[in-house]
Amino acid sequence: MNISLEHFLAVGAMLFCIGLYGVLTKRNAVAVLMGIELMLNAVNINLVAFNRFVAPQDFIGQLFAIFVIVVAAAEVAVGLALVICVYRIRDSVHVDDLNLLKW
Amino acid sequence: MVDFFNFSLYHAWLIPALPFLAFLLIAFGLRKEEKAAAATAILLTGSSFVLSLGIIGAVLARPELIEKPIVYSIRWFSMAGLSVEMGCLVDAVSAMMLFVVTLISTLVMIYSTGYMQGDEGFTRFFAYLSLFASSMLGLVIATNFLQLFVFWELVGLCSYLLIGYYYYKVSAREAAKKAFMTTRVGDFGLLVGIVMVQVFLGTMNFVELSEKMPQFAKEAPVLISAIGLLVFIGPIGKSGQFPLHVWLPDAMEGPSPVSALIHAATMVVAGVYLVARAFTLFAVAPEVQHFVAYLGGFTAFFAASIAVTQREMKRILAYSTVSQLGYMMMALGVGSLTASMFHLMTHAYFKALMFLAAGSALHALHGTADIFKMGGLYRKMPWTAAFMVIGAIAIAGIPPFAGFWSKDEILSVTKLHGFTGLYYLASITAFITAFYMFRMVFTAFFGKENAENHPHESPVSMLAPMGILAALSIVGGIVGAPFLDKGFGYWVRYGPYHVPEFHLDVAGTSVFLALAGITLAWLIYGVKKVSSDSLAQKAGILYTLSYNKYYIDELYQWINKVIVDGIGKVLYWVDIHIVDGVINGLASLTAFLSQRFRYLQTGQVQHYALVFFASIVLMLLISGILGTATAGIQSGGAAV
Repeated sequence: MNISLEHFLAVGAMLFCIGLYGVLTKRNAVAVLMGIELMLNAVNINLVAFNRFVAPQDFIGQLFAIFVIVVAAAEVAVGLALVICVYRIRDSVHVDDLNLLKW
Repeated sequence: MVDFFNFSLYHAWLIPALPFLAFLLIAFGLRKEEKAAAATAILLTGSSFVLSLGIIGAVLARPELIEKPIVYSIRWFSMAGLSVEMGCLVDAVSAMMLFVVTLISTLVMIYSTGYMQGDEGFTRFFAYLSLFASSMLGLVIATNFLQLFVFWELVGLCSYLLIGYYYYKVSAREAAKKAFMTTRVGDFGLLVGIVMVQVFLGTMNFVELSEKMPQFAKEAPVLISAIGLLVFIGPIGKSGQFPLHVWLPDAMEGPSPVSALIHAATMVVAGVYLVARAFTLFAVAPEVQHFVAYLGGFTAFFAASIAVTQREMKRILAYSTVSQLGYMMMALGVGSLTASMFHLMTHAYFKALMFLAAGSALHALHGTADIFKMGGLYRKMPWTAAFMVIGAIAIAGIPPFAGFWSKDEILSVTKLHGFTGLYYLASITAFITAFYMFRMVFTAFFGKENAENHPHESPVSMLAPMGILAALSIVGGIVGAPFLDKGFGYWVRYGPYHVPEFHLDVAGTSVFLALAGITLAWLIYGVKKVSSDSLAQKAGILYTLSYNKYYIDELYQWINKVIVDGIGKVLYWVDIHIVDGVINGLASLTAFLSQRFRYLQTGQVQHYALVFFASIVLMLLISGILGTATAGIQSGGAAV
């Protein structure tokens, strides 16, 4: 069968939902960060798919996807640094324990 | 001489200013010097009296003042549509009032040097008297309603201070409060009336009002009647008309000079004077004017019926004052400014005289007020007794004493203007007046002496003022006698001049009734041919009602306790439960909601992320359902 745009978008949507599920439910802070990575990758798939099927003569989608990869890398670095700091102080990366902003 | 008259006319503001200066000097400088304080007060008030004589001289040379009074004033403040001024208004009526007030104030002050001697509040008394004199004089020359109201309240204050002069007596304090509160009820109506005058007529100035009144009355007769009624409520309180008369008899707690000055001659006539000043207002509201007449006539009869059974000398005189004030109001109500003002003047003479004589007797007997505990005072106090008898003859209305001319004038105009019912009522009241007055005279001053009393005649300082007033009570009525060409009625009038006629039938009837009253009093109390106790028993319920003042005071107490306090309790409940309830309810609602909402703040980032996600889903759903037309609004930006 012909692989068309809808298939790529469906894959991207599924990946996004899996990543969202991870962000919302994982109790380990590092796992939450992994979920964020998944969501960003799903966005990349979306961008490249649109680039390929809607405007193949342009490269703007691929360019945007590279930007997203770079930003994701930077953000993961910062995020992991934060998690390490929290671990050093709280001795735990269990997100339920990080509730100092509670009422 | 003419220069002096003109000077007084254009410097009439000095007349209230001089006693006020006396008040300031005494209150802030001379508290410890008794003689100096008295001298200051008497000299300055006496100077006001001389100036008022000058004004009379000036007025008598200017007949045009009858129609158009002289007014000069300074602007106090003004804004769009409202101009408040203070000034002097001089015409024949105010000239007469200035004369009466300054004369009686000065005489009472001279009397007080003897009466209040030895009292430790001597200087305080003279300070209050001076303040009162200046307030009353300021009221008399007021050019507009507002100035009059300011001084109206001031005389009320002075009355409170002077009634409660013996502040260590509970009864005096209570009487002072009662006087102030009762007149306050009247003052409230007056204030509403004044505000309505300003709002609907645009001015409070008496001269301007007299020009605007007829036109306004044609356009809005109901409004004018309402305003007239409200304005009249003030005089009902201040001049002791029924039902706000209850403070006057209790006001006798004050010293006798106070009773003579304030509650006989000057303050209580402020209400009558107000109606006279605003006569144009009442002249175009005939229903209100008739109400004034009937209320006055009823008050006259009502108070006389109470005075018949009273036992305290000053109380009898107090009810007599209420009754005579009723006569004055009735005269204004039937349409005669002349008769009312004439009676005001003569009443001031003989009532002040009688109060001073009563004070003389009370002073000598060290406070015994019950006339049945007195007796035969004429033997040891011949002058006082003579003065009291002169006053009594004057009030009974025996010619040629002053009271006859003024009372006859009132009765004549009442009959002439068609108020026949009121004429009969007033005539019967005249009979009762003569009766109770001579009941008092015969019981207290004649007959057997009471062995417990040790009376002595009063000093010259007390007798001399009484003498002057006695002389005026005898001859003071001539100025208004009908056979004068340009007498009192020419100068003090409203409208065109009617040459007064002497009505023999009215005069004859009133003299006959007066003599009948005197004879009846002589029979019962003079020679005791008829027993007063048996009469009291035969009268039964009437006697009880009269002796207990028709239980009006008890009725007012009941109204205050049940109705006013009751409404207060209800409103208190409303305040606590409903008003506070709403506020407290809002506060507890806020607390309740915040208790529930705080659980949204879990502090856990994943919960917050869930909320983000849910909101985005919701917004997508809404934009999907409502279509792309509203997508721009939902995404918060310009439409695509």
